[in-house]
Amino acid sequence: MNNKAKEPLIHLTKRGTVPVRTAIMIRIIAVIIALIVCAVVTGLTTGINPIEVYSSIVSGAFGSVRKTWITLQDVSILLIISLALTIAFRMRFWNIGGEGQVLMGGLGAAACMICLGDKLPNAVVMILMLISSLVLGALWGFIPALCKAIWNTNETLSTLMMNYIATQLVLYFTILWEVPKGSGKIGIINQNSHAGWLPQLFGSKYLLPIILAIAVTAFVYVYIKYTKHGYEVRVVGESPKTSVYVGINVKKVIIRTMILSGALCGLVGLILVGGINHTLTATISDGRGFTAVLVSWMAQFNPFAMIATSFIIVFMDRGAGEIATRFDLNQSYGDILTGIILFFIIGCEFFINYEIHIRNHKNKEK
Amino acid sequence: MLGFLAFIPRAVAQGIPLLYGCTGEIVTEKSGNLNLGLPGVMYVGAISGVIGSFFYENSVGAGEVNAALAILIPLLCSIAGSLVMGLIYSFLVVTLRANQNVTGLAMTTFGVGFGNFFGGSLIKLSKADIPSISLSKTSACFRAQLPFAGSTGWFGQLFFSYGFLAYMAIVIAIATAFILKRTGVGLSLRAVGENPATADAAGINVTKYKYIATCSGCIIAGLGGLYYVMDYACGIWSNDAFGDRGWLAIALVIFTLWKADLGIFASILFGGLYILHLYIPTGMDHMERKELYKMIPYVVTLVVLIFTSMRNRREDQPPQSLGLNYFREER
Repeated sequence: MNNKAKEPLIHLTKRGTVPVRTAIMIRIIAVIIALIVCAVVTGLTTGINPIEVYSSIVSGAFGSVRKTWITLQDVSILLIISLALTIAFRMRFWNIGGEGQVLMGGLGAAACMICLGDKLPNAVVMILMLISSLVLGALWGFIPALCKAIWNTNETLSTLMMNYIATQLVLYFTILWEVPKGSGKIGIINQNSHAGWLPQLFGSKYLLPIILAIAVTAFVYVYIKYTKHGYEVRVVGESPKTSVYVGINVKKVIIRTMILSGALCGLVGLILVGGINHTLTATISDGRGFTAVLVSWMAQFNPFAMIATSFIIVFMDRGAGEIATRFDLNQSYGDILTGIILFFIIGCEFFINYEIHIRNHKNKEK
Repeated sequence: MLGFLAFIPRAVAQGIPLLYGCTGEIVTEKSGNLNLGLPGVMYVGAISGVIGSFFYENSVGAGEVNAALAILIPLLCSIAGSLVMGLIYSFLVVTLRANQNVTGLAMTTFGVGFGNFFGGSLIKLSKADIPSISLSKTSACFRAQLPFAGSTGWFGQLFFSYGFLAYMAIVIAIATAFILKRTGVGLSLRAVGENPATADAAGINVTKYKYIATCSGCIIAGLGGLYYVMDYACGIWSNDAFGDRGWLAIALVIFTLWKADLGIFASILFGGLYILHLYIPTGMDHMERKELYKMIPYVVTLVVLIFTSMRNRREDQPPQSLGLNYFREER
């Protein structure tokens, strides 16, 4: 190694503060480059004109009034999960368990609908659904948090395992409750009585999740920024030592925050089961617990920026579905495009955080 | 006894993909990179091999396949595919210092999508009625057993009844353990994972070590995907069949406390747990209990995770800088 003799051409320094404008510009450039790369990849692998692909992505997301509503509904669902995880992420608690927490929430709601559906007044059923989905979601956040607080168990992996345990539990109950026997699925719950179906707001079945998402966004923003709890979460995230020093009970904060995070995910389970699908499957969360991690991180844990990032992801996903049907491709194509775009967005953070200086060798030689 | 004898080879076959993934992830994590993209890498390793052998089998047509080519082509394709994934991850994480969790999850999204997309496309190309690709000729080469396997009774069944990739997995695991524990390269690699600043001061090229460890880790993990398709699944690719094994492999790393040689036994144990539900009698009217038995590997992992964190011994800890990126000028 003769590092002394040869100075590296590129020299990096960490930037202090970056003007918001520059940061946004860099991100926009990254997305544009990503879209160009996606176009090239599409052209090379499938031989389809990329412009056609993009136009069908747009029509897949906004092609009709119904598609637009579904897109907005999907954005709301993803947004609530991302917000739920964000509370934990601000504490540097890597909650990868959104998937399981959503499933447990859905399980709680479905259990009330199936077991109590026609036996109690509808309003009581709904209150019980709300309680049970929040409690089960919170429980799935509580267990990893308790282990983290007491024994410092790695939360990335414990929450991950909790996902699979939740999946198997849901599969167990799916077979227990299957209609008809042997079909392996529950089917629409209370199809005739509509017991436990969440009410439609203003005559539209899509509005409830959207309104809830707006409420949760405002709540999480205020909670993190303006409440004592939120302050404690941020201090624990920035420096556990400082929080001990200023007298914050770190264990309590971890557990309390994860209960809230899990309960919000449970709420999504309630919306999915009681408001949208009216059935329970093990794939009801559809990987959104993982996608939400990316959504939250891409938004730099800012609740309002998350509206934009979850929109981008859902937009691509819905568009990919359209491509799949129109060009007879496979639904997974959307994952590839999303992956490429993510790589660029992840990579561009470097250019926001670091400054690159290229050494001018000519001057030295003279 | 007979049932148990039949159970062990199946547990081993089930455990080998986990072993590859686990060994690969140990190598990666020893350099301080927590690669959550492992499930994606294993998908890419599998589908790359499938693509290679698909086109080779088609070019041969109805004729006989050359055994050496039938093995080499998928093997090299798989290695190339995983290498590219490793390079993407290393570039983002080591060079661009991106967040490791997020990069890993994006890799998993990309890799699983890549696998299912090209898998789906090949299925369409082959115009089969069933949604899967069958590469029986290539698989036959991969599954070729030692000639004396059949004639040695239960002993042969237990030890010689696997394809060559299974033995390779064990060899790689032992070699990894040896290199990490006993050689200078391993010492340097561990230093990079524990404290890159110190390693850098000692004259170790941190970037180079991180790149090489991550990429070779990905290649090893990708072979697990290849083994799954070519040997375990008898050359049949169907979308999403690989499932959650990648995540289990990551969990195994913790289970084994970052020791590659322990991984051999741990992965076979996990393989056994994974298929245990097939051996627990439930009766026809309680099929739902099978789903609970399928929970066992995850519950065991969780319990082990909690126990290792409870014991909290110094030598059982993850590499100190795991998950953190190194920037030389920030000390």
